[in-house]
Parts: sequence; structure tokens; C-alpha cells
Amino acid sequence: MNKLIVSPSPHTHSGLSTAQCMYGVLIALIPTFLISIYFFGIDALLVTTTAVIACLLFEFLIQKYLLKKAPTLGDGTAILTGVLLAFNLPASIPLWIVVIGALFAIGVGKMAFGGLGNNIFNPALAGRIFLLISFPQQMTTWPTPAPWGASVDAVTGPTTLNILKRGNIEEIANIDVINTLIGNSGGSFGEVGAIALIIGFVYLLWRKIITWHIPVSIILTVFLFSFAVTIKEGLEYAIIFAELQIFSGGLLLGAIFMATDYVTSPMTRGGMILYGILIGIITVVIRLWGAYPEGMSFAIFIMNGATPLINKYMKPKRFGEVVKHG
Amino acid sequence: MQSNILNMVVVLTTITATVGAILGGVYKLTEEPIAQSSARAQEEAIRVVAPDFDNNPIAESNTIENNGQFFVVYPAMKEGQHVGAAVKASSRNGFNGEIVIIVGFEHDGTIRQYRVLSHGETPGLGAKMDEWFRTDKNNQSILGKHPEHTNLTVSKDGGDIDAITASTITSRAFLEAVSNAYNAYMNQPIDVLSGSTTHTADDKMVDALSGSTTSCGDETKSQPHNEEEATL
Amino acid sequence: MNKLKIILNGIVTENPTFVLLLGMCPTLGTTSSAINGMSMGLATMFVLMCSNVVISCVKDFIPDKVRIPAFVVIIAAFVTVLQLCMQAYLPALYQSLGLFIPLIVVNCIILGRAEAFAAKNNPFDSLLDGIGIGLGFTLALTLLGACRELLGTGRIFGLTIFPEEFGALAFVLAPGAFIALGLLIALVNKLKTR
Repeated sequence: MNKLIVSPSPHTHSGLSTAQCMYGVLIALIPTFLISIYFFGIDALLVTTTAVIACLLFEFLIQKYLLKKAPTLGDGTAILTGVLLAFNLPASIPLWIVVIGALFAIGVGKMAFGGLGNNIFNPALAGRIFLLISFPQQMTTWPTPAPWGASVDAVTGPTTLNILKRGNIEEIANIDVINTLIGNSGGSFGEVGAIALIIGFVYLLWRKIITWHIPVSIILTVFLFSFAVTIKEGLEYAIIFAELQIFSGGLLLGAIFMATDYVTSPMTRGGMILYGILIGIITVVIRLWGAYPEGMSFAIFIMNGATPLINKYMKPKRFGEVVKHG
Repeated sequence: MQSNILNMVVVLTTITATVGAILGGVYKLTEEPIAQSSARAQEEAIRVVAPDFDNNPIAESNTIENNGQFFVVYPAMKEGQHVGAAVKASSRNGFNGEIVIIVGFEHDGTIRQYRVLSHGETPGLGAKMDEWFRTDKNNQSILGKHPEHTNLTVSKDGGDIDAITASTITSRAFLEAVSNAYNAYMNQPIDVLSGSTTHTADDKMVDALSGSTTSCGDETKSQPHNEEEATL
Repeated sequence: MNKLKIILNGIVTENPTFVLLLGMCPTLGTTSSAINGMSMGLATMFVLMCSNVVISCVKDFIPDKVRIPAFVVIIAAFVTVLQLCMQAYLPALYQSLGLFIPLIVVNCIILGRAEAFAAKNNPFDSLLDGIGIGLGFTLALTLLGACRELLGTGRIFGLTIFPEEFGALAFVLAPGAFIALGLLIALVNKLKTR
């Protein structure tokens, strides 16, 4: 028997504690939060607050009464799960659905596996996917964004991804890339502001909370793959199409904030890049040929499941180990 | 019990022979009820969707091959007059495999009623088509609509019918099956319309709506196929 | 008293679904509603009772080496009889369970009980074991079906408990079967340790 205790991730590499990392990620999400309130108003605030409170409450109740452990609300993981779950929902979603999502995310996605560090899947994603297949109607009804103060009409607009999925070349060429950058497009309210997400990414890199490997490999793969698929329609169109694939849907939010979750992503650099590339490929495959318009959450979820395998086969050489020849 | 080649062969043969005999008997016993119950189910479905009839639509059914798919038209006759039909149609463009429906048409082609016979759509989503397209709410019902005057596609694609929320693919496939059924009905080698010599769609409509179906009963299936009808 | 114990053993101590975790395919596949779960459970129970009795009767004549093929043929015979009868007299039920009826043949509960119980005990005890295990399976499937139906559509046995739009559709779909089964097993284990 091997007596060496190998603990699962997170293995922090910046001297930060779990709590500090989590609050760092939360800070990085502030720009996105502000821009979603700007475009979706009080609804975005309500959904986020509900999700965070519900996650904290369920974490507390389950730890205290089911697992009979001292509750660890202070580490910020439940807050982060709540925020990420909320950011993956349409702003108009009924609040009781948010509570169910929080219950599933914390109860089944995290606590059923034994709590922080033991969960195979990203809890916020588990919550989102559960809601998506449980309440497809409410989960795919996106309100049209309207800048703060403008009258909000109840008309639901198509998301950029829906337009891409329909595959009408003219329609796609007419999409304003700028709008998808600043967040003035339909979608879950935390995923529409590409620039705000990128600001958060830069902050995370600067604070060394995450490394570049996963997000960059995902984004590059998605760009190259969707570019290669559409190149036959012309170079200019292929570039727009590939750009839109990156800036639309949950891709940036997923690549920067969800796929990089310490617990559920690979530990080594090589593993991270492989993980990112596979997420990118699966995402584009689902988006272009699958039944759902968005595949990001499913792709991350699938690769979450493959992470232990990647960790097993992409172990770094132990110090002093002789490299095998022939 | 110790095994040797002899007793193994004997025992297995005895068991399989006995079982075979029993199964044969049960099959003979249930053959009749199974055929009956499936015929009854079919007739019930026709009775639900087609106008009131007194003939035997199953015996008089007519299978049409239309664009590589098979459609079965069950004509409904009442006192010798053609009053409409039930059409079994399908679409292979469902979210999860083939959707088979049976649609009933009035004599003039107005959709009377429909039932979904088999499908693999998601419960709670696409599976709602069984109710959705006959619920009189907004623009979701297809009952009482005439395919000639209604664009039988989902409103997202510029049509007149509201798709099932969050199940556009199923809705498209369903409406495709309905349109196919209508085409099959209009192509069948009976002059289902007034029997008048004018053959523009509008004239037929007027005739049909004004109830001038007098000559209909005289028409039989053996009458030569009218070329104009085939192009409808 | 001993006879009662055989039945209770199947329902509680060796519940095929919650304790032995046998026959997961029909368990997960047919429990989208309480009535479907119950029908599948009863169908399996019927086959289990018949096959247990017959196997127990003929066990002394079957050579050891062809034991399994002989059992399988007997079980398959009862399943086919059941299938034909259901098709003839209960066509509606056959429509909803259709695919899973032939799969009863390979349901490891039945072969498992034939091996573990019927091949070693007298026909009457085997019948009781069939009833017990069958009831345990039926109860488990009905419970799972009821949970999924309630959570997914707000109904139990078609009876509306809360409006359908509050139901989490996932529970009616395949992933919900796994989640609901997992939660139920956790609950059963929790109750047992008490």
C-alpha cells in the first residue's frame, strides 16, 4: 500500500488561500455584473442575489444537518457558485427556478460528492444544466437587453447563437460585433458582455489566480475550428463567423470562469491545454451540428468528467525519475 | 446432477421442445386477439380523426408513395358519399427520430382532427405536440384550418402556426407531416372535390364550401386518375 | 413464520433495487411514471414467480453444466408468453412498456434468483421467494416512478399534486432516473443505519 497521501486539487500555486482565490474571482466578475445590471436592470440584480443567498443557505443547511460538519461558508465557494449560476441564467427567469438551480448545484453538484474538493463537476454548471433540461422553456426565453432607463419591452429577442445556428449568411453578416462585445445582445445576462469578461480575465491573470492555458486554448480552438468549417463561404465571412462564435453565448464566461475551476480542471499545464482544446472542439460540434444552440456548458461538463483521466495520464515526471528509453 | 453428453443433450432438447410447443400454443391462442386489437386501435384512431363514416376505411385504404415516404389514405364514406379521409403520415425530421401521425380531413381538405401515433420526442417538450396543435390558444391550433389557406409552418419561419415553446424542431417536423398528409390526400385517385370540371383551387374551394358535393358519390376509385389533381 | 421471512427478505433485506442493485436497466428505463414502474414490476414479478417454481421443480433433472442455458430458456419462455398475452389483451400497456418486456429475459434478478434460490429450495419456498423479490422490485420501481413523476410533472399516478409547469423535466428524462435513484438509495441507506 502506498502511504503517500495524494490530495486532490485545488493545489494553489500563488500562496493564496482558497478564500482569497474565490474572492479574487468574485472581484474579477464585478465588471460583468455591472454591465449586466446596465443592460438587464433590476432583474439581473435580483437573480444574482437570490442565487447567492440560496446557495449559502443550502450549503449551510446541508453541512450542518446532513453532513454534521462545521459549516464553511466563509471560503466564498458557495457565493461564487451562486454568482456563476446566476450569470448563466436569463435575466427574466422566475426566481423559484433560481432557487431550485441553487439546490441542485450545492446539493447534488457539490455536497453529494463530499463537498469542496471532491466534486467531479463544477457545481454552478451542474445547476445550470439541470435547469436547462428541466425548464427548457424558461431557460431559453431571453429578454432583449435595454440600456438602463430605457423602457424594457417584454419581447424576447433571438440570441446571437440562434442566428448563427440558423445559418443564414446574410443575417449573420449583419450582426454587429460591437454589440456582442459590450453586451448589447440577447443571452444569459452574465455571458453577453465580452469586454467585461476579458477585463476580469486580465485581472485574474495579473493576480495569478488562474493561468492562461485553459481559456486561451479553448478560445483558440473554437476560433480555428469554426473558421475552418466556414472557410468555404469566403474568408471575410469565416472570420466574422469565428469571431461571433467566441463573443456569443457562454463561451468567454465558461472559458474564463467555469472551465478554470481548480477542483474540476486538470493539474498540469499539458493537461490544461488538452482539456481546453477538447472543450473547444466539443463546443463547436454541439453548436454547429447538435440539437442545442449552445454547447459550452455541456462541453465543460463532459471534460470535467474526463479530468481525472487527464490527470492520471498526464502526470509530470517525478523529480529524479529516470526517463524510459526505447 | 452429474453432467454427461447424453443427459445434457436429452435435457436441453426436452426443455426446448416443451417450451417450443407451449409457445406455439400461446402464439396460436393470442394471434387472433393481437390482430383484432391492432385493427381496433387503427380503426379507433381513424374514427377519432375522420368525419363520421359507415364504410370500412382500412379495407379501402390506399398507400401512396410520396417523395420516398409512405402515406396511407383511409377514405371515409357516408351513405355512399365521400365525406373525407384519415391520412397516416410521417416525418423523419423529428428531434429524435420519426414522428407518425394520423390526420383527418373534411371532404374539402380542412383539417378535422389529428392524433400522434408514435414518436420519440422529449417528454414535456416535443411530446406536447399530441395536445398542442389542437389546443385553441393563440395560433397554435391547426384544427379547422385549410392547408390551402394557411401557411403550415411555424411562425418563426414565417408561417401561421405557433411552435411548441422550446421545441421548434419537433413543431417543424409535425407540421411537415401534416402538410405531407394533405398532399397525399389531395393526390389520391378519387376526385375528392366537387367532381366539377373546373380545376382551379379556388373554384374547388367554393364548390366544396357551398356543399355542392352532389356528384361525389358517383365517383369511384376505379375512375381514371385526373391529371390536374395530381399536380395539386 | 419462516415462510413470512422469505417474503420479507425479498422486500426489505435483499431488496433487488435498493440493496442488491440488480436489474438497473428496466429500473432506470421504465420508471418515467409510477404506473409504468408498477407495471414493469408486476410483469417481472409474474415471470419471476413462474420461473422460480418451474426451475425449482425441474432442478433435479438438469445437468449442472447446462444449468444456465436451461434456466434462460425457461425464463425466456415465460417472458414471451407474457409479451404475447400483453400484446393481445393489454395493448395500451404493451405500447408503453414494449421495448422492456423482452429485456426481462436478461434481467439479472430473475436469473440470479433462479441460481441462488430456486435451484436450491423446494417449489413452494421458491414461489414465496419470487413473490418477495418481485414485490420488492415492484415497490422500488413504483416508488422511483412516483418520485420521478411527481418531481417531473407534478403528478402521481396521473393525479395532479402541483401544476405541471413547476415540475423539473429532467426527472422524467434519463438523467433524472439516475439522480432520483441515487437519492432514493441514499435515503434508504440513511434509514437503515438508524
